[in-house]
Amino acid sequence: MTFPVLSIITFTPLVAALILLLMPVNRKNEARVVALASATFALILSLWVYFNYDQSIAGYQFVEKYEWLPALGISLHFGVDGIGAPLVLLTGVVMFTGVLISWGDDNPHVMAGIQDRPREFFAFLFILAWGVLGVFVSLDLFMLIFFYEIAVFPMYLLIVIWGWSVTREYAAMKLTLYLLIGSVVSLVGALAMYFAQYQNTGVLTFNMLTMESARFSPSFQIIWFLPVFLGFAVLGGIWPLHNWSPDGHVAAPTAVSMFHAGVLMKLGAFAALRVGIMLLPEGAKYWQWLIMAFAAIAVVYGAYIAFVQKDFKYMVGFSSVSHMGLVMLGFSTLNADGLLGSGLQMFSHGAMTALFFAVVGMIYDRAHTRQIPELGGMSKAMPFATVGFIIGGLVSMGMPLFSGFIAEFPIFMGVWQVHWFVAVICSISIVITAAYIMRNIRQVFFGDMPEKFEGHITDITILDKVAITTLCIFMIVIGAYPKFMAPMVQTGVEYIMRLLGGS
Amino acid sequence: MSTETIIWLIPLPPALAFFLIVLFTNRNKALSHMVAVGAALLSWLGSMIVFARALGVEHLGERPFTSSMNWLAMGDTWFRVGVLVDPLTALMLFFVSWTVLMIFIYSIGYHNFGQPEGDHDHKGLPPHGATIEEHGRKHVVPSVEPMYSRFFAFIGLFAFGMFTLVVSDNLLTLFIGWEIMGLCSYLLIGFWYGKKSARDAAVKAFMTTRIGDVFMLLGIAYLYSVTGTLSFREIFTETTLHTLQMIPSGALGFSTAGLIGLLLFIGTVGKSAQFPLHVWLPDAMEGPTPVSAMIHAATMVSAGVYTVIRMFPLLSLDAQTMSVVAFIGAFTALFAATIALAQNDIKRVLAYSTISQLGFMIAALGIGAYVAAVFHLITHAFFKALLFLGSGSVIHGMEHGAYHTGDHKVDPQDMFNMGGLKNKMPITFWTFLIGGFALSGFPIVTAGFWSKDEILADAFAHNLPVFITLAIAAFLTAFYTMRQITLTFLGEPRTEEARRAHETPWTMTFPLLVLSVLAIGYGWVGIPENFPILGGLFPNWLHEFVGETLAERPEAVEFNFVPLLTSLVVALGGLGLGYLTYRNVNSSAEDKLQLGFLKNKYYVDEIYNAVFINPAIWFADKVVYQIMDKGFIDGILHLFGPGTQGIGDGIRNYFDLPFINRFLGDGSANVTYFSGEKLRVIQTGRIQQYLMFALILFLAIGAILYFFIFSA
Repeated sequence: MTFPVLSIITFTPLVAALILLLMPVNRKNEARVVALASATFALILSLWVYFNYDQSIAGYQFVEKYEWLPALGISLHFGVDGIGAPLVLLTGVVMFTGVLISWGDDNPHVMAGIQDRPREFFAFLFILAWGVLGVFVSLDLFMLIFFYEIAVFPMYLLIVIWGWSVTREYAAMKLTLYLLIGSVVSLVGALAMYFAQYQNTGVLTFNMLTMESARFSPSFQIIWFLPVFLGFAVLGGIWPLHNWSPDGHVAAPTAVSMFHAGVLMKLGAFAALRVGIMLLPEGAKYWQWLIMAFAAIAVVYGAYIAFVQKDFKYMVGFSSVSHMGLVMLGFSTLNADGLLGSGLQMFSHGAMTALFFAVVGMIYDRAHTRQIPELGGMSKAMPFATVGFIIGGLVSMGMPLFSGFIAEFPIFMGVWQVHWFVAVICSISIVITAAYIMRNIRQVFFGDMPEKFEGHITDITILDKVAITTLCIFMIVIGAYPKFMAPMVQTGVEYIMRLLGGS
Repeated sequence: MSTETIIWLIPLPPALAFFLIVLFTNRNKALSHMVAVGAALLSWLGSMIVFARALGVEHLGERPFTSSMNWLAMGDTWFRVGVLVDPLTALMLFFVSWTVLMIFIYSIGYHNFGQPEGDHDHKGLPPHGATIEEHGRKHVVPSVEPMYSRFFAFIGLFAFGMFTLVVSDNLLTLFIGWEIMGLCSYLLIGFWYGKKSARDAAVKAFMTTRIGDVFMLLGIAYLYSVTGTLSFREIFTETTLHTLQMIPSGALGFSTAGLIGLLLFIGTVGKSAQFPLHVWLPDAMEGPTPVSAMIHAATMVSAGVYTVIRMFPLLSLDAQTMSVVAFIGAFTALFAATIALAQNDIKRVLAYSTISQLGFMIAALGIGAYVAAVFHLITHAFFKALLFLGSGSVIHGMEHGAYHTGDHKVDPQDMFNMGGLKNKMPITFWTFLIGGFALSGFPIVTAGFWSKDEILADAFAHNLPVFITLAIAAFLTAFYTMRQITLTFLGEPRTEEARRAHETPWTMTFPLLVLSVLAIGYGWVGIPENFPILGGLFPNWLHEFVGETLAERPEAVEFNFVPLLTSLVVALGGLGLGYLTYRNVNSSAEDKLQLGFLKNKYYVDEIYNAVFINPAIWFADKVVYQIMDKGFIDGILHLFGPGTQGIGDGIRNYFDLPFINRFLGDGSANVTYFSGEKLRVIQTGRIQQYLMFALILFLAIGAILYFFIFSA
């Protein structure tokens, strides 16, 4: 038997969370060390998976299967393809950087990170990570939904306990309701598939590899595609079901925002692709126009709203809506170019938005305001964070040599081949994105520093710098050397294209 | 090394310089500029070798140097990125590497290397001078730029973008270089970010060119979806071009080729600051002067024109697109020239002249004068770099005067504060004069004459309205150039600062001298063979060389005296009239051309604000955010909230509480309780009473049973 690397990655956060909860309450620093150690461990393993994925073979690799409830056809069945492997890596990266920037310090003068009950915070964060990783590696539909629910549940606690006191109750409730309703709808769809597959083949199983060849009738696919796809896509922030996300981002503490926008939204997109498009390809073709319309609206609409936000974090939140719209847009092309772009955009956006939220959090911790007009001159006090934000901004606006371009370029190529005018409409967002990023950089980082901040804003910690550097390295490497990721995603896309009938 | 390897290496040194400076040398000023200038020198060397080798290849157009490799997987194929040096690229490399190198050297002096740190200079603001004590006397000298190293890092990146663009063999890498330059222009125009005007100008430049870029990206997507490739060599094959020409695009009667060409051209309109996207270029003067020279000569705007030249085989397939190009070019040439008449800032005059001259090139392309456009692009790069660096030298000299007088309210860029600098700054004067005369097209001697004359000759042969427009623009060009020279250098000093101005160090004047040689000499390679007397002395090498880039070599136009005479008259007439008008003008009040609509650039900025920018913000805020997102989508959610609560309330208040709770739940309990309470009185504990009750009950039940059973 091969080394069960995927289950080790997946269960590392759970074990870490349990250890944390068993530790004494007042051992804050020990809790932090345990958190960082396990996050580093997960990151190293995810890098190992990434670099050992054999692109020449493609398909699902590192596959493990353990029967769990054989009577119902449920098994713990793990494996990653060319799309899942980058996302596992992304989760590792965001976990690692999220722990770093939440480090906190018992010194009351240090105004950063999580000071209040770090032990519980990291424990919940890791339960969240456990769920996220589980979804990315599951090849069993039941387990996928199981992990999906696990990923949603700790968000409520993390936001309500450690969130921004002004809106946390509202935002947490809104988020939980949206996501749970979405997942219930998809669960119904999943059950429908389960029984339809039983009718077709006489086998009771949640194995998605089997379901891929279950030959659901076209009418079945057309009926069930929308609930399944949209149910998951809620978590991907699809318009018009996106409103939980900016509110949630804003109310969440920094590391949770990073997780939330960085990987949690990918979870929705990934599950929508994995279950919606890959298991119900005929349905996807039938509803292509609707998904494309929703995505195109999200792209432009999110950018427009981000453009007028006064609150820094809301701006980043809505920019996520816009960028996740691009992911959905790439899905909706159902062609190789668009799907490749989406695969890359998921990683690129994950790293970029995690970086954004990290920097916004650092600023908020020091300035105690996120109102863009009230901020200014941050480049003087925190030059490193400024460079980080600018690099993130360049990714966001699709600047060549950064990962955003490598992701957006194929998406636009793919969309043009389907409906050129959708590409034209979405291109508006390129201009608006540049506008709000530039405007913010000009005001927040290079504007005149208000009197009250002079001398009060301290530079970010060394751990923050490590986190920013880590995220930036990935964005630049992918942008300058797309071979790092594009061929791998390409293998995943080829597999999907076969399911779609090679169109 | 093989030529292909050298071509690959050309863009790299400046990029390496960027990283080296940012990561390692940024605390050491001397090391930083050595890294940057060294990198520029390496790129220059590589370009020269490639250029020389290109000259040695016969029929380079048919057999260019190429090399490519896989870069990004797209669909079933790989995007290949690669390099290509054909005659056009070879010439581009020649002028880009020369101007870049000169600008790099110039920057050392411009940023006051070797001078002390300023008294109270801040990062993000231009240096204000330092007080030093010499021989017991205090006086103020220029101070070194606080972000000296950073500047060299940024212009290194800028040069990288340009070299990448020039050597690319496909639209994707061209676009990458294009965008890197957009980013660098943002970083450098906003270099002195402490000034609000600089921040605004940087954002404006970036956003305006970005609008063009988006169209260009769409053009690229369109081209890719039709042909499946972005490589120049694959697009410019006969079959592909034929296909593109034959498929109608379905929009306004354009062929596919025409529409793609138009979209790409809009990218150029942004990058090369053509009307209506020209507004960013004059504001870009907020950056340090070497940056202006970079943007206006060596890199950015030249890149825009280069792209149209590169895509010429595609554009020329559709007559309609070509007319649009010719119209925009000619209109811009005249439009910008008129605005330049009323500008008093020495750099702004040059900025508008750039826009106008780029209009010449674009118009030339629009009428099919391929070689003339290339020619003018190159000569313009040389003399415009010269003029900008010269103006920077003038400003420096004026600032030097200001340190002496201590009066910092005098604007060192206002030409009305100058005058008589001829004697104070002789090298700057003579080189500026050469540049100015080249810009005006001073006959025979200057390069600008030959290239402009060729455009006019082509225009005369192909398109008379364009010819007339350009001739007027050329006249205005000579006029405002002479106005500038007269106000700046001739006459008497008008301020104390001008009187105290001082020639700049050799690092600044040396590039001026080199560039003025090129601004004169470069014209001689393109003298038409049939030109009287001079024609044939030097063969028209440029035409032969560049013409080969196209599959069908362009015909040289027949010689005609009308355009020649026209260019002589407009150049000399404009220069003469300019001198006569301005030799005695001493203040802006005496200047008759200070017309409101010219000074305010025809109010284009104001119109854009009112028509595009403010409504866009209003739309985004009020309609999309407040009404749609907060009002409608969240509104539905918030309806669900109270709605669900309402349903809950309803169930609770009208069913749960009264019926289930009170009636069934409480009711049964109450009944039990009540009956218990009432029945308590019979619990007396006396056996006799219980027996009595039992007896009564027995009789009663017996009576009822009797009644029911036996009466039936």
